[in-house]
Amino acid sequence: MLKLGLPSKGRLMEQSFEWFCARGIRLSRAGSDREYAARAEGIDGLSLVLLSAGEIPRELAAGRIQLGVTGTDLVREKLAGWRSDVVELAPMGFGHADLVLAVPSCWRDCEGLDDFAAIARDFRAAHGFRLRIATKYHRLVRAFLSEHEVADYQLVDSQGATEGTVANLTAEAIADITSSGETLRANHLKILPDALIHASQATLLANRSAAATAPMQALLAHLGLAQPR
Amino acid sequence: MIPRTAKAAVGRRILDAFRAAGAVEVAPDILLPADTLLDLYGEDIRARAYLTTDPIRGEVVLRPDFTVPVVRMHMAGGAEPARYCYLGEVFRKQDHGDTRPDHPRDNEYLQAGFELFSRDPDADAEVFALFHTALAPCRLTATMGDMQLLLDAVAGLPLSGPRRAMLAHHIWRPRRFQRLLERFSAPETPRRFAINGAPWTGLRTEAEMLSRIARLETAAEGPPLPPEWHERLHRLFSVAGPAPAALDELRVLADHLPAIAPAVERLAARLAAIAARGIDPAQVRFDASHGRQTMEYYDGMTFSFTAEGRAGQGRTDWPPVASGGRYDALTRVLGAGAAIPAVGGIIRPGLVAELEGAEC
Repeated sequence: MLKLGLPSKGRLMEQSFEWFCARGIRLSRAGSDREYAARAEGIDGLSLVLLSAGEIPRELAAGRIQLGVTGTDLVREKLAGWRSDVVELAPMGFGHADLVLAVPSCWRDCEGLDDFAAIARDFRAAHGFRLRIATKYHRLVRAFLSEHEVADYQLVDSQGATEGTVANLTAEAIADITSSGETLRANHLKILPDALIHASQATLLANRSAAATAPMQALLAHLGLAQPR
Repeated sequence: MIPRTAKAAVGRRILDAFRAAGAVEVAPDILLPADTLLDLYGEDIRARAYLTTDPIRGEVVLRPDFTVPVVRMHMAGGAEPARYCYLGEVFRKQDHGDTRPDHPRDNEYLQAGFELFSRDPDADAEVFALFHTALAPCRLTATMGDMQLLLDAVAGLPLSGPRRAMLAHHIWRPRRFQRLLERFSAPETPRRFAINGAPWTGLRTEAEMLSRIARLETAAEGPPLPPEWHERLHRLFSVAGPAPAALDELRVLADHLPAIAPAVERLAARLAAIAARGIDPAQVRFDASHGRQTMEYYDGMTFSFTAEGRAGQGRTDWPPVASGGRYDALTRVLGAGAAIPAVGGIIRPGLVAELEGAEC
């Protein structure tokens, strides 16, 4: 029996249902729309569990679910060495979100990452501490800035309302997920054009050791997907 | 597998050698306040050190290295000159990229260290020779570098002060350094920044921005760096080979980069002092860029002892068995106004034990 984990709420769950439905597998909630039990029809040997999107990477890596749908941003942020544990089977074409670095729109002199690096150095000299970037994507942001050799900054943790941290003077810049950029604009922030940290979308994933099993191969054939390498 | 007790025994043997060289043993805390280390190393340390919180002390970190606590202890009232040694665990997170390696690096390991606070110009040679002698049975490759050489070369470029400072700041970040160098080698084109109606937000002030804009819009940093300087800097950065040959090459280069001449002569004196301590300088590799891959706090001699190409204990890629260098500026940062020349390094007894178990 293969266990498929889907995000338990909102658009992601509905669009996941639609994606599977278009491929002949009907997924639905078991009882009321408040109940987290669910069922799969149209194929044998597949059971469905509804989980928080943020927990799906961990559950996949642990092998408690063999298949899951979540954003690639969460997989990369939450699983160190993610390729050793999970495989991406198919991007699903929805749930698009970009992890971006954003600075105050009023920073007219900040047109890209090189400006940002120079401003961070000046800021540290003027204020006596490192320029603060608020984010909940610590590993992804740190890896990106390290790769681009930006120094003189520090990350401050922000688990929500991250766009408000600049006006609240608890951060000078933010790194967060955006789809339309509207919340950023409403908070007088602008995206640095050359600092797209990760382009995420909802993706069907499998636990790596489960990916080669016969039930998984049968399911992939049913979905018309290539065997993962 | 080499048992932990055997590694500790090697550590005590190294510690004995350090004590015999006049060092006083010290035992810094394992839980260190995080703020100093975070400010010093930035996010690198958060990626590599174990942070935890204490309800009273706030953010604390499991000792990622000994240098900072030893320097703080010395700056708080040590006599001069001072020699310290220590033996203990350090803790390092190993956050791999997308794929976990087959042989992950150690998360905790012993360091045996020696730190010398002294104004004696012979201090570099004393520390290098001490490490060389302690590690002689392991037949390692000794590599030396010198950050002062590179920093002096940058300070001697015919560029404006702010531009030289910017290059020196990024000397440890090779691609950013290269991009800056290329930008400074081209004629400066004034930038124009469009006015926008965005309300001011955040802690950075408008005055800070306007002064940067004024700098960039007036393009007043002076003429571009003539191409021969770029070329000379590159030749300097690529000097690598047996130390005596590298020294000859540096002396030739110093005719065109006069700013490095004093550092080159200090290197010559250091190599002579090392020879006087019974080490053949021809057996030491000098790599001018060596310090660009090390901790940012080194600002003079740097060194490492490596086991390149050695097999055994399932390892093929050995981390440096020992490393160290001069860190005068760090004592100024941690010394609240005071500063003292300082040089030191660490040996990893666990790796020495593995090498001995394998063959040496």
